[in-house]
Amino acid sequence: MKKKKNQAAKIRRAPFVAIFIFLVLGAVGISLGEPSRVFEQATRICLSCIGIG
Amino acid sequence: MEFVRKWVQALFFLITNGYWNFPVTKGIYQGPLKVICSPGLNCYSCPAATSYCPLGALQQLLGGIRLALENGQVYVGFYVIGAMGAIGSFVGRMICGWACPFGLFQELLHKIPSPKFGIWRPLRFIKYGLLLFMVVLLPLFAVDAFGFGQTWFCKYVCPAGTLEAGLPMLILQPDLRASLGFLFLNKLVILIFFISWSVVASRPFCRTACPLGAFYALFSNIKLVKLRLDTERCTQCEACHAVCPMGVHFNESPDDMECISCLACSKACKFNAISLEVGGIPISNQAPYRPQKVHLEQ
Repeated sequence: MKKKKNQAAKIRRAPFVAIFIFLVLGAVGISLGEPSRVFEQATRICLSCIGIG
Repeated sequence: MEFVRKWVQALFFLITNGYWNFPVTKGIYQGPLKVICSPGLNCYSCPAATSYCPLGALQQLLGGIRLALENGQVYVGFYVIGAMGAIGSFVGRMICGWACPFGLFQELLHKIPSPKFGIWRPLRFIKYGLLLFMVVLLPLFAVDAFGFGQTWFCKYVCPAGTLEAGLPMLILQPDLRASLGFLFLNKLVILIFFISWSVVASRPFCRTACPLGAFYALFSNIKLVKLRLDTERCTQCEACHAVCPMGVHFNESPDDMECISCLACSKACKFNAISLEVGGIPISNQAPYRPQKVHLEQ
């Protein structure tokens, strides 16, 4: 029973690995200068994107 | 817990839509926060939006990938996918239940008294098709003469964009009304369709058509924060079936891709068989389950 309880409380490593991979991916994007492009897009109203024009 | 969730939803709504100077400027927020990813579906052309919509940004980046590469700029979406993936790996579709403004909007609509209906479960697969085709493949490959792809989902489907950006911009800038056409009519019909459906069914857009929910659903097995089922405590009473806003049968599929971790099932379970876990460690504010003693009469 004790062994079973220990297994149930075992820390899952997969989420930490996935979070790390995506944070690295995001960091690569930052190093490539993507945030400036995203900022440029996000601060302009894309009329066709919202169904106008 | 439902009270707390509503406050968290309201808080996220205010944080991601915190620019209230738009009636004066008649435009959208253009400050530095616009470089931060909105966890939920929240159009960045909304006048009050303070952050960028990951779906819109991803389509824009994929649509402009050829031109960017030709100019020596490697803008392929790593920054946006990294943000989406980190959020997905951390809480997955908990975002839908706790932080999405459009999810909150649908929940409020569903409170309107009316006959209530379920949603045919196979319809949930539509959103994965929308994610694959309208958010990724079409912006990437269906390009114009200049090599520029369109934001297909935003342009032809997204009801959140019509509600949060299209309609407010028409009010703020009346000159835009002259350029209305079939495109806007199409999006208005889609918005009205989902508003009507939300009154009679729970979260129809989340369950059938949201590509962001579809993306987060891919992390249902590995996300850090998730609900867990104690099979020893579960009596298969199916109390969790009736309360789930997403139509999940939690006792049958605890890692269901539709689960938004709203904790409605946890509250409904009289046997405390459902709890929240972080990275495999259960956390719960409920009292531990004590099996009732059976007194046998002699």
